[in-house]
Amino acid sequence: MYRYDQYDQAMVDARVAEFRDQVARRLAGKMNDDQFKPLRLKNGLYLQLHAYMLRIAIPYGTLNSGQMRTLAHIARRYDKGYGHFTTRQNIQFNWIKLAEAPDILADLARVEMHAIQTSGESIRNISADPYAGAAADEICDPRPWAELLRQATSFHPEFSYLPRKFKIAVIAAEVDRAALRWHDCALRIVTNAAGEQGFEVYAGGGMGRTPMIAFKIRDFLPAGQIFSYLQAILRVWNLHARRDNIHKQRMKILVHTLGEDAFRTEVEAAFTHILTLGSDFPAAEYDRIAAHFTPPPFDADAPDDMDLSDPDFARWVARQVVAHKMPGYAIVNISLKPVGGIPGDVSADQMDAIADIAQKYSFDDLRSAYTQNLVLPHVRKADLFAVWQALKAINLVDTNRDQITDIIACPGLDYCSLANARSIPLAQKIAQRFADPAVGDDIGDLNIKISGCINACGHHHAGHIGILGVDRKGIENYQLLLGGSGAEDISAAKITGPGFDEDGVVDALERAVNAYRAQRTPGERFIDTYRRVGMDGFKEAIYG
Amino acid sequence: MAEILRLRDDAPIHAPLFSIDDFLAEPAARAVRIEAGEDVTQIFPHLGRIDLVEIAFPRFRDGRGFSSARLLREAGYVGELRAAGDVLVDLIAFMRRCGFDAFAPDAPLDGDDVANALNRFPYAYQHASDAAVPIWKLRHG
Amino acid sequence: MILISGNDLASGAVTWWTGTGWSHHFGDAVDVAGDGAAIIAAEEAACRVNGAAVVEADAAGMPRHIKDRIRAAGPSVRIDLGINPAVPAVLAGQ
Repeated sequence: MYRYDQYDQAMVDARVAEFRDQVARRLAGKMNDDQFKPLRLKNGLYLQLHAYMLRIAIPYGTLNSGQMRTLAHIARRYDKGYGHFTTRQNIQFNWIKLAEAPDILADLARVEMHAIQTSGESIRNISADPYAGAAADEICDPRPWAELLRQATSFHPEFSYLPRKFKIAVIAAEVDRAALRWHDCALRIVTNAAGEQGFEVYAGGGMGRTPMIAFKIRDFLPAGQIFSYLQAILRVWNLHARRDNIHKQRMKILVHTLGEDAFRTEVEAAFTHILTLGSDFPAAEYDRIAAHFTPPPFDADAPDDMDLSDPDFARWVARQVVAHKMPGYAIVNISLKPVGGIPGDVSADQMDAIADIAQKYSFDDLRSAYTQNLVLPHVRKADLFAVWQALKAINLVDTNRDQITDIIACPGLDYCSLANARSIPLAQKIAQRFADPAVGDDIGDLNIKISGCINACGHHHAGHIGILGVDRKGIENYQLLLGGSGAEDISAAKITGPGFDEDGVVDALERAVNAYRAQRTPGERFIDTYRRVGMDGFKEAIYG
Repeated sequence: MAEILRLRDDAPIHAPLFSIDDFLAEPAARAVRIEAGEDVTQIFPHLGRIDLVEIAFPRFRDGRGFSSARLLREAGYVGELRAAGDVLVDLIAFMRRCGFDAFAPDAPLDGDDVANALNRFPYAYQHASDAAVPIWKLRHG
Repeated sequence: MILISGNDLASGAVTWWTGTGWSHHFGDAVDVAGDGAAIIAAEEAACRVNGAAVVEADAAGMPRHIKDRIRAAGPSVRIDLGINPAVPAVLAGQ
C-alpha cells in the first residue's frame, strides 16, 4: 500500500497543528460555532446528538494492521470502545471530545491517516473497489489513480469552498462494488482499441433528496489527463452552481438544469484550457505511486484445494469467500452484520483481532467496503480454515454477504442530529425476522438499505428494498422503496406508497419478500422479479 | 471599509472601482469590481488597461471567487487582485494560491494570524496560480 | 414545560439548563417558560454551551419529541452506554 514520504507527512502534520490552533481559538471563545463549524467539518468533526463525532478517512478503503490497531486505540482511549464503518468506506467515532480531537488527529498522523476533507463542502475521500489489487475481474489496480487523485484534491486552493460536497469513486472492473455512478464523479478504468488505459468518466450522480445516476460525460479520457478533466468539471460546477439554496447546490442539480450536452460542452471547453496549464501529474509521479501497489509476494505454488468437511466452514466459504486473481488465494469478506447487531459497528477488541489476522494471513492488508463490511484481500486458501477460526473467536463469521440480513443502515436518530427516525433498530428487527440461514439462502441476493433521513447516507435509493425514515408529526415513520441498485445494474428505487410505523414496515417488507417468492422464476433475484413484474406486482401484496 | 492588506510591492492603487458594465462603457476605467456569479471573462479583452480587480466574497462559504481569480491569472492578468468581503483568515492561504495579492476584509484580520495562515503549510500538492512548486515536482526534481 | 438543552462546548456531552447552570441529567432541567432565547444567547456567548435549543416537555418534564428523549437517554441501541438509569422508560416517554 501507499506509504507517506516526508512531504505527505509534513502536510498531515501541518494540518494537525492548524486544527490544534483552531480548536484552541474556539475553546477560548475567539470564534463562535458558525465560524468554527466549516473548519471542524473540514477535519471530519461533527456535533451530533450525544457528543462530537469524528469521521476518519480510509483512502480508497485500504488499511494496514498498524492503522487498524490505531483505530482500536482511538476507540479505547478517546471513545467508548467501538467504531462504526460507514457507507463511504470511512470509520466514525461517536463519543469524541472537542478538546481531545487534535490529539486524535496527531495519533492518526503517526500511522499516516487523517480526517482531512471527510466532511464539509469539499472534495471527499475517494472510494474504490474494496477488492482492488485482488479481484479476478479487474483490468488493473485502480488505487494508484485513487492515491494520485487523493493528493491532487487535498487542500486544493480553488475547490475547498465548493457549492456542496463532492464525491469521487474509481474502479477497474465491469462488476461495480463501489456504487460507482451514485457519485458526483465516477471513474472506470478501461482499455481502448489501441491498448491504452484511460477513464470512462461519469458526472452528476448523487443520492440525497434528489437521487440522480451519473451520466457518461466521456467515453475515453487518456489516463494522464484525469486531473485536468476533474478540475474542468469542478470549475464549471463551482462557477455556475446555485448558491442560494443548499438543497440545490450539488453538481447533479446543475447537470440536470443545464442538460447533459450543455454541461459536457462547458466541461470540454474548460478542459481544453486547463490542459494547457501543465497541472497534470507526470507519468513519473504515477509510476512512483504505483510502485507502492505492486502485488504482494504471492506463493506461486499455493495449493488451490481445501478441506471443506466442516459444514459450518464450508457454508462460510461458499458465502463469504470469492475468487482471487491468483490461484491458491481467495478474497475473504468479513460480515459486520451479525443478526441483532449494529451494522458496521466493531469493538476495539475486534479491531485488534482483525489487525492480527490481516497481518498474519493477508499480507498486512485490510479493506473496508461501502456495504459496511470488511475484506481480507489476499488469503491463501490453505489458511482459510485458520482465518475462519480466528474470526469465529471474535464472533465475526456471519454468512450473509448480499443476503437479506446484510443490511446497510446509517446511524439514524440514535446518533445523528440530522436524522428523523431510527435506522438501526429497524435493521435489527428485519435481521431477526429473517435470521434463519435457510430462509436467507432461499431468498438469495437481496440488498436492504435503510436511511434515517432524506440525506440518504444509508443508500435507500440504491436498495433492492430501501427504507427511508421520516418524521410524521413527531412520530417516526418509514417509507418503503423497491427496485434500486448500487451495482453495475444501477437503478433508483421507487416509493411503494404510504408509509408505516416501525413494526408495520417490517411486516410490509416481509409481504414484499413473500410476493417475490411467490412470483419468481428459477434463478431470478428479488430485483429481477421486481423489474419483470413492476411495482404493480408488489403493491397489492404490500397494501392488500 | 476596513484596512486593505496588500502583499504587493508596487504603489497602492486609488483608482475608482467600476462594475463590469460600467467598466466596459468607460475606456478610461482602470479598476473593476466583480460580483459573485459574474462572468469574469467579459473583461479579458481589456486586461492591458486594468490595474486592479476586486472580487467580491459576499459570504465566506461562497467560493466562486476562487475560480474567477484563477481564470484571470490564467488569462495573463498581472495587476492587483483583491478579495473583498467576508474574507476570513482561514481562507487567506487558499486565496493567495489562487492569485489574490490583496485583501479587503469586512472584519479586520490579525496580522499574526495572517502570517501564521500563510506559512502554515510547507508544501502544496498541486499547481495553482502562485509560485509554489507542487510536491510531485519536488519529488522528481 | 419548556426546557433548554445543548451540548457542552469542550466535551460535546448533552447538557440541560438547571436554572443556575448546566447538568448532564435531564431530570435536573427546569421550566424556562418564555426566557429560553435570552438564556441561550447569554450562555452561548459565554461559551458555556454549544448548539443550545428549547425543548418541549410535558408537565412532568418528559421531552415530547423522540429525538430529545434519545438525547436524554443515549442511543436506544446501546442502552448500556446511557447515563440515565431509566433509559427504556425515557425512550418510551414514560
